[in-house]
Parts: sequence; C-alpha cells; structure tokens
Amino acid sequence: MKEIAIVGYQQSDCVSDAGALNEVELIIPVLERVFEQVGISNAQDVDFVCSGSCDYLQGAAFAFVLGVDALGAVPPIKESHVEMDAAWAFYESILKIRMGHADSALIYGFGKSSPGELPIVLSQQLDPYYLAPQWVDTISLAALQARLMLDQGKITERDMAEVVARSRRNALNNPHAQLKGDVTADEVLAEETYLSPLRKADICPVSDGASAAVICTVEKAQEWGLPYAVITGIDHIIESHNPGMRDLTDSVSTRKAAENAGMGEGKVDVAEFYAPFSHQEIILTRALGLGDDTSINPSGGVLAGNLMMASGLSRIGEVFNRIVRGEADRGLAHTTSGPCLQHNLVAILEKGEAA
Amino acid sequence: MSEEKSMSEQHEIITGIEAPIYLKYNFTAGAAPTRFLAQLKKGKLTGQCRAEPGAPVYVPPRGSCPATGLPTEQEVEVSDKATVQSFTIVHIPIPGNPIEPPFVVANLVADGANISFIHLMSECDNAEVHIGQRVQAIWKPEDEWDYAMDNIKYFKPIDEPDVPVEQIGKLPVTGLEG
Repeated sequence: MKEIAIVGYQQSDCVSDAGALNEVELIIPVLERVFEQVGISNAQDVDFVCSGSCDYLQGAAFAFVLGVDALGAVPPIKESHVEMDAAWAFYESILKIRMGHADSALIYGFGKSSPGELPIVLSQQLDPYYLAPQWVDTISLAALQARLMLDQGKITERDMAEVVARSRRNALNNPHAQLKGDVTADEVLAEETYLSPLRKADICPVSDGASAAVICTVEKAQEWGLPYAVITGIDHIIESHNPGMRDLTDSVSTRKAAENAGMGEGKVDVAEFYAPFSHQEIILTRALGLGDDTSINPSGGVLAGNLMMASGLSRIGEVFNRIVRGEADRGLAHTTSGPCLQHNLVAILEKGEAA
Repeated sequence: MSEEKSMSEQHEIITGIEAPIYLKYNFTAGAAPTRFLAQLKKGKLTGQCRAEPGAPVYVPPRGSCPATGLPTEQEVEVSDKATVQSFTIVHIPIPGNPIEPPFVVANLVADGANISFIHLMSECDNAEVHIGQRVQAIWKPEDEWDYAMDNIKYFKPIDEPDVPVEQIGKLPVTGLEG
C-alpha cells in the first residue's frame, strides 16, 4: 500500500466577522498560499480536490459550489465535497489515493459562521423528530455534559479554567488565533457563568475563515522535494445521535478510532484536539490516556478560534507544522462533529524519512 | 392470534410531523459583488475580470474568475444592450411574486461581457422571443435606484439583427457594430 504524506498546510486568521468577504474571497488567499508552499499553480496540478463546508452556516444553498470558483477548474477537474468538516474531506482524499485513483489531492474547508446564530444553526443537525424541533443548541448540550462531569466528581470548574488558561497562553504563539492572552485560571473562574456551569471562556468563539492542505504519495512528496509528514493511520467512528444513549463523560469512539489508527504503536509528542468546550479537552485526553509527555493543543486549539468546517483540518495541519519544523516526531490530530463529541476522527502523523 | 393489539395497532399511524425551521442571517454579498452593486446604484452595469488582456468578463462578478481561480480585480463597464442566450416562458405563478404569468425569464449576455445573467423580458411577444435576439435594459426612474439588479425593470427587444449563436457572449461593449 502506498504511504501518504502531507506536504502543505495553510489557514486564514480566525476572525469573529470577515465583513463583506464571501466564501470564495475567504478561500482564494488560503489556496494561493498553499499552492505557493507546494510549488504548484492551481488545482490542475493535483489529481483530486475535496472540500468541506456547510450551507447552513451562511444560509445560502449550494454555497460550496461557489468554493469551486477558487480552484481554476477549467479544463474540468476531479472534485468532491463533504457537508462536514474538511477533516473528512481529508479522509475521503486518503481513500482516493489508497484506491490508486490519485497520487495527490488538495483539501480545503471554509466557513462563514458570523452571518447566523451558530449554536442555534447547529441545533438543526440534531435528530429531526425529538431534538431539532426543540432547538436544543450546542452550548446547552455541552453545558449538560459538563454538569454530568462535575456532578460525578470527574472534573472541577478549576480543571476547566486551567484548560482555558493554557489555551489562551498557547495561542500567544499562534498568529491565526482569535483569542489569546496571559490569562490565569483564577481570572477565568472570576468570570460569571454564561450557561451554567459554562463560562464564556469555556466555549470556543465563532470564527470566519478557511484552511487548506495538500497531500500526496510519499514518492510524489520526494519527487516534489518537499518536507512532509506521513499519515500512518486514520479512522473515524460515530456514536448514537441520541445524547441520552451514550456516556457523555467518556469518548469511546475517539479511543477506538485512535486504536484503529495505531496510536499505541509509538509515543505521541503532540496532540491537537477539536474540543470546542474546555471540559471536552479533558474527556479526550483521558479517553486516550495521554500524559505529561504529550503536548496538548499547543496551538491553543479551537478555544482560540473555531473555523467551522475547517478547524478539523487545521488540527491535522497544526500537527503537520510541528513535525516538519522538527518540534515533534509523531503526533495525533483529532476532529469532532455533532453534539457532545458524537463523531470523532483520529489521524496519526509521523516524521518522514529524509528525501 | 392474541386479541390484544400491539401499541402501533392501537394508535393511528403517524406519517409526518410539523417542525418549521426559521433561521436568521445577516447576509453579505461579498467584496466583489459589493463593487458591482455600488455601480448598479449609479445606473451602471459593470463586470469584472482578471487584470490581463482578453480575460473573460463576468457579470455579475462574484469575486473570482472560475476558469483560473484568480481574483477578478479589474472593473469593466459593460453595455445595457444584451443578447438572448437562452430563455424560458413561465406559466405557473410563483408564490409571493407580483409578476403575472406568462412571462419570459432569459439568460442575457451584456455587450462587453462573456457570461450571462438572468433577467426578465417584457414589451415583447412571448411567442417571438428567440436565441440571438437583441434586447436593451428598461431602467426604473433614477430616484428609485438601489443596490439591486431590479434597478433594471426588464429587458425589451430592440430593432437590431440577431446575433449568430457562435457570436453570443463574444460581442464587445460597442455591440454589433464591433
């Protein structure tokens, strides 16, 4: 089986409101940078393109078609889309290469969440009979999850505040972060609760922007002469859509996906979790049994900026960046989708052999 | 068989529920469409293209040249004369739309543009509308102009020779006279 590598990753700054820019205008600058990084002119130079976005975010039907306008799709290209985070577009692209249908792929994700009320918009991803008609928003569901954790004595509010403080501090080194600062847990705890037990700081911000990556076979990466990280394993598992039918204080699907992706076959120097709420980072860290020798969310994670439909790909990109910079030999990237960590994807990345 | 009925037999079968969805958005057109709409408010129909000779002109512009994926940074004024590229005659009323059927909706290419936009045709015999037909914009009074494509009420046929199919979408801003 052909080994697959990541050779490029770029993202836009996470901003609370991209103003007048439309989706294609958000994507173009990010694609230009990733094309430059890899040394190609446009999507004509890869075998496959896959994007992740959700029309509900900006409230425009077939908005993803506009995204194709950023690619240079004449003559026609092979292109696909997932109505999910671009981490699943990444997954689809890996399958495409593994099947021998492509040697390289461009993946991009984008979201302009600021035009709508994101927590309410996301309530419409719930089951259409019992939960969506009640407009149960994502923050309320996460608050229930945090309450379960607290009531069972699995965490304290201080544990959650420590996650926030570390995110803010780590984000000081992330040029794309929206929320950063030298914040202490005490300062977080001094905030009033917003939706008890959650404080605003426990909740990821709403961000507009895009991210993009280029992957290819290791042979191709060496032919291009680019630094790369090898994707040694990837899997994703979904749990019940009914939050009452699973243990919300654990993430069984993340653990199984990580096992299947081969996490245990080596040490994990860095882990980037898609944890939109502070307590979820604790659930994920514990579910995988990661300890002090793993750097968790050195980018600040999505508490520092959450590009819906792109932040999952960004987790992979952040691990890639650290491996090619020589800061880590092996890392884990996680992505989630659905309420209370329902659907989880784990990818394992490792340093490639020198070309 | 037992006399007792199962739950599903005791109750009327539910085949649907009503769960209306209302979501509010502050929609923005995009930076490139904003430039287009600002010109439209002044009564000017503009397209955009890459800053390169011979680059295709898009009306309305949406921010990129889809053929190349590059931004359309150059503004080009196009004519309010256009050619029918294709059309349909609508016979069914659209709820909430004040226009009485039958009416003509057409893909029109403005002189100086390379791609069509959709607009209404009126002051014409519907049965005589055809591909290649020449039309011109009928604008609303200037004091009603807004950031909107309906500053143009509709397009009306004009007395000019038809454009051959292979020439549609390729006329310069000066039109048939070249």
